[in-house]
Amino acid sequence: MTAPPILRVEGLDVDIAGSRILTGVTFDVPASGVTALLGRNGVGKTTTIRAVLGLLPDGGRVTAGRVTFAGDDITHEPTHRTVRRGIGYAPEDRGVFAGLTVAENLALAERPGHEHRYDLVHDLFPELAARRDQRAGTLSGGQQQMVALARTLLNDNTLVVVDEPTKGLAPRVVTEAAEVLERAAERVPLLLVEQNLAVVRRLARSAVVLDAGRVVHTGDARDLLADTARTTALLGVGSRPDHGAA
Amino acid sequence: MDTLVLLTLTGLGLGALYFLIASGLALIFGLMDVLNFAHGAFLTVSVYAAWRTAETVGGMPGLLLAAVVGTLTGLLLAAVVELVLIRRLYGRVKEQILVTVGLSLAVPALVQTVWGADARPFPVPDALSGTVGVLGARVPVNRFLLIAVALLVLAGIHLFLSRTRYGLIVRAGVEDRAMVTALGIDVTRAFTLVFALGGALAGLAGVLGGLYFGSLSPHQGTSLLVFAFVVVIIGGLVPITSVALSALTVGLVQQYANYYAGGYGDLAVVVLLAAVVLSRPAAGTGSPLTRLRRALTTPRTRSAGGTA
Repeated sequence: MTAPPILRVEGLDVDIAGSRILTGVTFDVPASGVTALLGRNGVGKTTTIRAVLGLLPDGGRVTAGRVTFAGDDITHEPTHRTVRRGIGYAPEDRGVFAGLTVAENLALAERPGHEHRYDLVHDLFPELAARRDQRAGTLSGGQQQMVALARTLLNDNTLVVVDEPTKGLAPRVVTEAAEVLERAAERVPLLLVEQNLAVVRRLARSAVVLDAGRVVHTGDARDLLADTARTTALLGVGSRPDHGAA
Repeated sequence: MDTLVLLTLTGLGLGALYFLIASGLALIFGLMDVLNFAHGAFLTVSVYAAWRTAETVGGMPGLLLAAVVGTLTGLLLAAVVELVLIRRLYGRVKEQILVTVGLSLAVPALVQTVWGADARPFPVPDALSGTVGVLGARVPVNRFLLIAVALLVLAGIHLFLSRTRYGLIVRAGVEDRAMVTALGIDVTRAFTLVFALGGALAGLAGVLGGLYFGSLSPHQGTSLLVFAFVVVIIGGLVPITSVALSALTVGLVQQYANYYAGGYGDLAVVVLLAAVVLSRPAAGTGSPLTRLRRALTTPRTRSAGGTA
């Protein structure tokens, strides 16, 4: 008897400016552990996440299919309402407000009427406590990623969505980010877009692979990465255990 | 010397007026990319409402009540326009421009039908109609009132932006509106508030403009709005102090040029605008012109940055 998935995407079609970007995308995110959303560049990983959150660009729309979160249909819901259901989101470019201080960036993520886990955030990222009055725009890429992740962990979310958290980070910082994600995943299920397969290998329990806007594989992440030929065919890269830092 | 003092204080008074109008414009455009050509119409309706009040009540109490009525008129009118018209057009910049330009033409025309095209004298209480001697110059008292009110408004906006949660949402929304929604915040509510506050400031500016010019006319708002736009383009959208500095610069340049360059104050402002725009051809992505160009040429993305 497995728990019902926290997020279910069924037959999702997405058009942007008249072009079909996603076709019949279907997958579940289990209510625990890390689910990795994989695929080459431009196959629609970020679009999938944005469609789930209602953040498609203008001219982009869901033309078919359904997204359910904890059993509720959220397909055409405004973003702020979807997020308030208990989703934390760290976008691909981190979405940190450069002109605001670290403390202000975190304060924005506070949801009125909820408890805020500053204890957890400062335990995971002691540096953010020390830099609370620093403008976020003057932080390094790794520190900005900490702010983005801290915002997702500040509320007791039931799902955290993280888009390419290790992109552009130095190897040592990638390892730090992976450690944080690993600790976060003990508390809350994660949907993770990630190109660094070493990070995926370390964190992910299940994997969803997209190609040209369609789901071409779902299953156990470690089984997939253990199958070098299949990984190469699907992702276009080798999956040697030493590939990248984690 | 006395001429320079008079020109400077008059220029500062005018700059104060521009600031009251431009601060609302900057926040409205900064948060939602809405170019509000109707801002001047809010001012016009407010100043007529204030004028009726001041005429009816009379004296200093009349003026104080007129200031309240003018401010509330601007607030209510802006709130109604936002909720009924602008709200349906988020992200559709061209349609918004059509609607607000339409209002900017229709409202003064309507006011003109009711109260006529001619300028009317604005009742100035005796306490504010005199002059004060400053370094040998006789400076009208109302200039100081304008400067004082503008300073209070500047301090108020600063406190609102830096100390309140809505202020935080506005500052973040000016940077990346989509990411604010992705944190679970309904940005449209903050925008309605900003739009209404902008209307209130335009209404207040209308009353002070009545004092400054000593008269009111149906097209007062529209002509002041032109200079407020110039202020926003020169000063940028944030921080609000740069809008204030820009407003003072425009007011002073206009006054000095009017006196020393044979009445070419308006032209001098246009030259200043051109100089500023041309001297920074590669304006930052946050500059109002860059943002407007992007909003008009590409379908606006609501997404939180990055690529698909």
